[in-house]
Amino acid sequence: MTAPLLQVQGLVKRFGGLIATNNLDLSVGHGETLALIGPNGAGKTSLIAQLQGDLAPNGGTITFDGRDITRAPAHRRARLGLARSFQISSVFPEFSLVGNVAVAVQARLGHSFRFFRDASRDRALTDPAREALDSVGLAGLERRAADVSHGERRQLELAMALAMRPRLLLLDEPMAGMGREDSARMMRLLEKLKASYAMLLVEHDMNAVFALADRVAVLVAGQTIATGTPGEVRNDAAVRAAYLGKR
Amino acid sequence: MAEQTMVEGSMPAVAGAPRAPAAPLVGIAVIVLVLALVPTAAQALGNPFLIKIATRIVIFSIAAVALNLVLGFGNLVSLAHAGLFGIGGYVLGIAAAQVDGEVSTMLLPATGELAILLPLAMVIAGLAAAAMGVVALRTSGAYFIMITLAFNQMLYYVFVALQQFGGEDGLQITASLTLFGRSASARVPFYYGCVAALAVVLVAMQRLVGSRFGVVLRAAAQNERRLTAIGIPPLAYKLAAFALSGALAGLAGALLAASQDFISPSDMSWVRSGDLVVMCVLGGMAYVTGPVIGACAFLVLEFVLSGWSVHWQLAFGGFIIAVVVTLRGGLMDLLRMATPGGRAP
Repeated sequence: MTAPLLQVQGLVKRFGGLIATNNLDLSVGHGETLALIGPNGAGKTSLIAQLQGDLAPNGGTITFDGRDITRAPAHRRARLGLARSFQISSVFPEFSLVGNVAVAVQARLGHSFRFFRDASRDRALTDPAREALDSVGLAGLERRAADVSHGERRQLELAMALAMRPRLLLLDEPMAGMGREDSARMMRLLEKLKASYAMLLVEHDMNAVFALADRVAVLVAGQTIATGTPGEVRNDAAVRAAYLGKR
Repeated sequence: MAEQTMVEGSMPAVAGAPRAPAAPLVGIAVIVLVLALVPTAAQALGNPFLIKIATRIVIFSIAAVALNLVLGFGNLVSLAHAGLFGIGGYVLGIAAAQVDGEVSTMLLPATGELAILLPLAMVIAGLAAAAMGVVALRTSGAYFIMITLAFNQMLYYVFVALQQFGGEDGLQITASLTLFGRSASARVPFYYGCVAALAVVLVAMQRLVGSRFGVVLRAAAQNERRLTAIGIPPLAYKLAAFALSGALAGLAGALLAASQDFISPSDMSWVRSGDLVVMCVLGGMAYVTGPVIGACAFLVLEFVLSGWSVHWQLAFGGFIIAVVVTLRGGLMDLLRMATPGGRAP
């Protein structure tokens, strides 16, 4: 058995007396889509933030592609191939859609201590940016990010993540707050991306989870109480009791 | 259609938004041309005093454009820039004062040669800015403002306390200043030199804010967390911008000292830092050329109003409030509305 792409062992995160992540173990294989489900306050976003480097854990280890990244800063993890989309859309509102994605391309191309050439006309930046935007199905690329719809901003975030040429996508509720139509479009998009990227997906929409995930991990109170294929998890008694609320 | 208008009326020079690259350069050319005509106008009107005030405007324009790199494009409200400006002035003043043997330091050359002193003033002010930035840039918002204010006041009191350099009374420059060996004290050529310096600063700044470096700086101003998540740590870029901004403020300070043969701590009080911020806001922080318009408006109004009444600051304050409330983009918005081609998408 080959080592997984992402391996989390004994991860602990405390906020004062509150334990957000409680000795958590998790792994995502190469090319695998792992869906992370759990009730509100189970610690899903805290876990994503620790994986991405926004939050420092109190204990445990995070290994990415055989490398210990537990203490690595967020920007280094990004360069290693961890791309995160935020639960609440996080973009550069004053930049155009192309401009937003071009920043992500720029990050991948090394340092940005280049002071003279017009970045907005640099095809080394804009071509890959347009390509990424095209792959998520966005048009009207000169619009300011602040002026596009919520659904489009989520697509933009995904395009920014793709422009980083990531090895693992950390998607924190990519369909949150979307209407039916936008959700369906995002769903089709994720199905397409699933073929090329490993994903760790946090999502409340169970239809999406069961359709997309290779495996599902159920998080309750900072711990995984069950992991398995969608079918296994759906029929797991503990999960039904703790989370799905069915008897 | 409505969306189109919004995009157009919003921040210009946005990364990825292709706009006629000539437009900002035309603006710079117009500004430089108008400023270059001042000596001719002064002669025609028989009013040499115009050159004196225009020199002041050009020098403060350089300082305000420098500040606007971090203020307008980096969203960093620095109140340390008068201090950095003063460092530039004192580098020139102290070095020149050593020529006559009035003072002596081991640190600076004894020369009145601007070709040495101006770059030296920039280097020292830039290093001082970098040192401040290492501390101040770890904070943000109100804390950043307070720390830069504290640095500014530290510098101010250092020069008040240094009695050998004139203390509170300031330092008179008696040595003759030269540029490449030729006298640089004639008022009109000195003015042209300042305009040339402003032109170079404006063009360089226009390139800078549109470059990859400028994109990172502007991105950090909007969403630092996202920038980090993308793989770019913002601190090094903000620090470089702060140091560069400080170096250019130092250049302006040195030019001011040279223009008036005098530098004093009052040129570096925190009130002056506030004036520079007002110049940027008044002119338009989103534009490279905005602070030039702001500096013009600020200094001309100050001159005119203070001639009318000792309570001029009341009217001045009202003007600033009116501009900021009605024009989100500063006076540059007025200019753009006034020029037919100025609002082309």
